[in-house]
Amino acid sequence: MIDYRIDRGSGVPAYVQIVEQTERALRMGFLKVGDKLPTAKEVVAATAINPNTVLRAYRDMEQAGLVELRRGLGTFVTRSLARPGAQDDSPLRREVTDWVARARAEGLERADVLALVTAALDAHDNEHDNEHDSPAPGDRGRKKEDA
Amino acid sequence: MTGPDAPAALRATGLGFRYRRRGGWALRDCEFTVPVGRIAALVGRNGAGKSTLLHLAGGLLRAGSGELGVLGLAPGTAEARARVALLTQDKPLYPRFTVADTLLMGEKLNSSWDRTAAERIVHEGGIPLHARVGELSPGRRTRVALALALGKRPELLLLDEPLADLDPVARGEIMAELMAEAAERGTSIVLSSHVLPELEETCDWVLVLRDGHAELSEDAETLRESHAVLTGPADRADDLAAQHTVVQGRTAGRQLTALVRRRGPLRGDWHVARPRLEDILIGYLRTEEEPGRRDARERTEAAA
Repeated sequence: MIDYRIDRGSGVPAYVQIVEQTERALRMGFLKVGDKLPTAKEVVAATAINPNTVLRAYRDMEQAGLVELRRGLGTFVTRSLARPGAQDDSPLRREVTDWVARARAEGLERADVLALVTAALDAHDNEHDNEHDSPAPGDRGRKKEDA
Repeated sequence: MTGPDAPAALRATGLGFRYRRRGGWALRDCEFTVPVGRIAALVGRNGAGKSTLLHLAGGLLRAGSGELGVLGLAPGTAEARARVALLTQDKPLYPRFTVADTLLMGEKLNSSWDRTAAERIVHEGGIPLHARVGELSPGRRTRVALALALGKRPELLLLDEPLADLDPVARGEIMAELMAEAAERGTSIVLSSHVLPELEETCDWVLVLRDGHAELSEDAETLRESHAVLTGPADRADDLAAQHTVVQGRTAGRQLTALVRRRGPLRGDWHVARPRLEDILIGYLRTEEEPGRRDARERTEAAA
């Protein structure tokens, strides 16, 4: 199960927040294939947002092939975004945790850390541009936005 | 179904109303439609006619001129009273009744009564059934009044400032209760409020009253998409007004910041930001302060 948290002051539309939080949960493995998403009623009872907003987010995710609406049953995860390297106990996860601790210990702010990671990602992707031509779901349009 | 004959939660044609003693028109020549299945925000400054409109829709007042339909029915008729619930600002409850008595009254007064739903709403607020209504906090009183209104299982729920006097936690809880009701039963809701940020993610339709007129009645997302907050050189103000409808503009030195309704592509070197619903509503509410602008706007619209 997933609990959505809607940040009303962020300027990000609520349906986008729902999609992003679901994608993050899929990436981190908190949600797995076959899991049921909360019903629109459950989400709005917890977040006090318009029910149509929830339905729109679920429809968007269905079109992206991440979930499936089964009539009378609910909305179910049909595809995982989890990669072996992103799991809790993976070596990559351990290394980045250590690395973040070192960066913090050297006095880097959150924004500095993010900037370093983004720069390294950009540099890497530019070098290997042709290898990653088809963006993964959840990566939609990210390249275009950055350009 | 969006034609003139499609069912509407609220539909006003030439609606007018004046309080005899005060003499002025509280509502005049109102024309608008709120479709069914919407959660509509009724917004306007004090005295704009919001409470009057809700009282008319609830059948507590009778239209002076024109017509107001609720779910295609005349307000105040037996059928309309069964399908429409109105929660007024004063939340008329008997202070000496216990919560249980109040719910029993609801059951006796309504032919279709959902006791489970009414009791659940009270229960979720942690309100003891034996407590006297007069001794409850404002938030809990609102919850009891809401239980009374929702126990009827209305198709249209009219709420006059349900969030006023409530602390932020209670406001969130009441709003969540309303959203859950709409999600489960597709209830149409019209609620008046001054708390604009709380309308942002809850309402999908907006009805703005200004000086007794219906200024706007539109889908919230359409409003966000058709409006833009522009920042640019002040000397381009006239060009802008010629191409688009300037709802509100402010000049600071050489810089102009304007909320516009787009009438085509934006030409020129403007910094464009997507407005929040709150920005748009404030823009329309504030124009009242600037006499003459309304005429200018109407001229622009005629020319467009």
